[in-house]
Amino acid sequence: MHMRKSDLFLISLVFACILVAVTFVDAHWRVLNAGSHLDGMAQMVRQLELTDLSLFTEARYTRHLSQADYHTAFQDHPLAIEHFPSGSLIHPPQLLQGTDEVIFPETALPD
Amino acid sequence: MKSFFLKQRYLIDFTLSSLLRRSGKNIGLLLVYTLIVFMLASVMLFTHALRNEAGHVLAESPEIILQRMIAGRHDLIPGGYLEKIGQVRGVMEKHGRLWGYFFDPAIKANYTLMVPRDRSLGEGEIVVGAGIARTRGVGIGDILSFRSADSRTFSFRVMDILQSDSELVSSDLILLSEAQFRDFFGIPEGFYTDLVLRVRNPKELRTIAEKLTLKLPDTRPILRDEIMRTYDSIFSWRQGIVFILMAGAILAFVIFAWDKASGLSAEERKEIGILKAIGWETADVIRMKFWEGFIISISAFLLGYLLAYLHVFYASAGLFESVLKGWAVLYPEFQPIPYIDGLQVATLFFFTVFPYTVATIIPIWRAAITDPDTVMR
Amino acid sequence: MQTIKLEQVKKIFHQGRPNEFCAIHGIDLTIEPHYTTVLKGPSGSGKTTLLSMIGCLSRPTSGRITIGGDMLSGLPERFMTEIRRKTFGFIFKQFNLIKGLTVLENVMLPAYPLAPNHAALKQHALQLLDQFGLVSKATLNVEFLSGGEAQRTAICRAMINDPEILIADEPTANLDTKLSREFMALIQQLVDQGTTVILTSHDPEVYESPVIDRVVEMRDGLLESL
Ligand SMILES: Nc1ncnc2c1ncn2[C@@H]1O[C@H](COP(=O)(O)OP(=O)(O)O)[C@@H](O)[C@H]1O
Ligand SMILES: [Mg+2]
Repeated sequence: MHMRKSDLFLISLVFACILVAVTFVDAHWRVLNAGSHLDGMAQMVRQLELTDLSLFTEARYTRHLSQADYHTAFQDHPLAIEHFPSGSLIHPPQLLQGTDEVIFPETALPD
Repeated sequence: MKSFFLKQRYLIDFTLSSLLRRSGKNIGLLLVYTLIVFMLASVMLFTHALRNEAGHVLAESPEIILQRMIAGRHDLIPGGYLEKIGQVRGVMEKHGRLWGYFFDPAIKANYTLMVPRDRSLGEGEIVVGAGIARTRGVGIGDILSFRSADSRTFSFRVMDILQSDSELVSSDLILLSEAQFRDFFGIPEGFYTDLVLRVRNPKELRTIAEKLTLKLPDTRPILRDEIMRTYDSIFSWRQGIVFILMAGAILAFVIFAWDKASGLSAEERKEIGILKAIGWETADVIRMKFWEGFIISISAFLLGYLLAYLHVFYASAGLFESVLKGWAVLYPEFQPIPYIDGLQVATLFFFTVFPYTVATIIPIWRAAITDPDTVMR
Repeated sequence: MQTIKLEQVKKIFHQGRPNEFCAIHGIDLTIEPHYTTVLKGPSGSGKTTLLSMIGCLSRPTSGRITIGGDMLSGLPERFMTEIRRKTFGFIFKQFNLIKGLTVLENVMLPAYPLAPNHAALKQHALQLLDQFGLVSKATLNVEFLSGGEAQRTAICRAMINDPEILIADEPTANLDTKLSREFMALIQQLVDQGTTVILTSHDPEVYESPVIDRVVEMRDGLLESL
């Protein structure tokens, strides 16, 4: 005799709920254990006096979000994605598109 | 009470049999539904975790950073400004900071060059972030050559690589000595990128900032609070992009699901008539339909959430990398620390399970109260 | 089991509207327990309408129906359902089995709202299927059944809650002569077990069958003779 469909479903449901609970326990546990990792990073931030996450390195206003001037469109990387809504409508200037190899030797002046 | 459970089990039996009849369609529905929950949950978990991590880590940032602005742009600040500030109550320490960007044409990536205050490096010595080491394929002892502002070639020996578990803040860093930094970028002695002020009591920050803007009108103080706030809201924009991209898909799904859930086919109507004629009450029919909506939506929620958890916290949110990376070449490798907001998960639960279940029940109401004798014809 | 009494029962469809139609014109009828009654008459004479009122599937527009002295007509829906579930088993003209479900599931379906012990219910259903020669088909989906098998499945489903009265509306309409005879033989089995049976039909295989105790003839919503 095989199992009723409802039993199969309810068992899977309970199992999935347990897994969800496990994610919370796992998350909690990992957060607790992340202490030294976090401290390490925090210490680096303190010692090097860092201000930003190095998540988006394509342009200076994305790399140092909190330090950027307010209006620095297209100043760092010729194809940098825009963070102003208008940037999704306007392309970078034709001059810069795909020609960075040619342009860069002349324009590679550091900021 | 016992008979209540027995009855629900029977109703679930029926609902599942009934769902399995159109198994292709219903499994397809479940998959699309799961995928949507998965995407939403991934975005939610990822941004929440990152925001929390940023909050914890950046709490150690300098309390005040003073930038000089010229014509609306950030410019080098003269060291003399340190004297101009003079004695401000509450400021424990003040000094110039040197950092800048360098575009490496070899891999088309932007680096952040920085002069560390906690270690002294000699001539031709650098310390690089793990992201750079990985992308350029260099290890300790290797040489990196860059062309300076005045076209001289500088060769640096990698003395050390920054701890890889702190990539989130350091993956693109290059540390070098002050002398080398000035030489490389051509920054004259006595100028800094910005100034750092350390303040003992955070309550005094506002007044100190006000004093600074009065004393030095061409500067902009950036407070740690602002940094924290920036990172509190930063992800909302990119999260917004993801949501906008998904909006079309979600809308299509909503229309499909609504049609599926709310449109009763003639066959379903007839079935309801049969069930009523053989002794099911209106309430039984409605409960059965509740289970139908609930089974699909709870399964989609649980599967979607669990997959999202694995994706974000065990697979480094790999699917988002390309979205978050944008044009950047350097992307830090990091595993977000799983900060989860129970309330946020509950909200997701509510918005995925509740509307669908209701959409299944409502149209049934009318069909379920029709007279059972219609099946006699 | 108790007597069913109909007094001046009328059924008017779409009352008060231009398409108002009087299907039953005031019928008095008594159905005794353990009798096998057939309502006979041409198509459109009101057999189905009358049968669904007797079986608590619909209510009369006026008049009273009592079972063992209890008034049915005024009961709220829930109680109607309860009485229907306990007292009657139904076999519909088109069998009305639920497609995509197995024979066994179809048979068990009327018992679901009563939430009996699952093993016992299954046992009971299998026993019925056995009685009607369907055990081998128990796990087959109903759309694969032949007409006769579907009919027998419908009988099993009608009997799952052990009703006192079996109601069948033109049960042989979709069967050939041979199968109709077999069906009447099955009805005989149930009658022998003590079930009261009410049928409608204009098929001589049914109303001339020895199983039938009483033929009630209908024409244009009225009884022709008692
Ligand atoms: N729901 C309804 N609305 C209007 N007329 C109906 C309805 N149901 C049955 N009728 C009419 O009532 C009459 C009797 O129908 P019915 O009881 O089905 O007859 P029988 O079963 O004897 O063929 C028919 O003329 C039919 O058209
Ligand atoms: Mg009829």
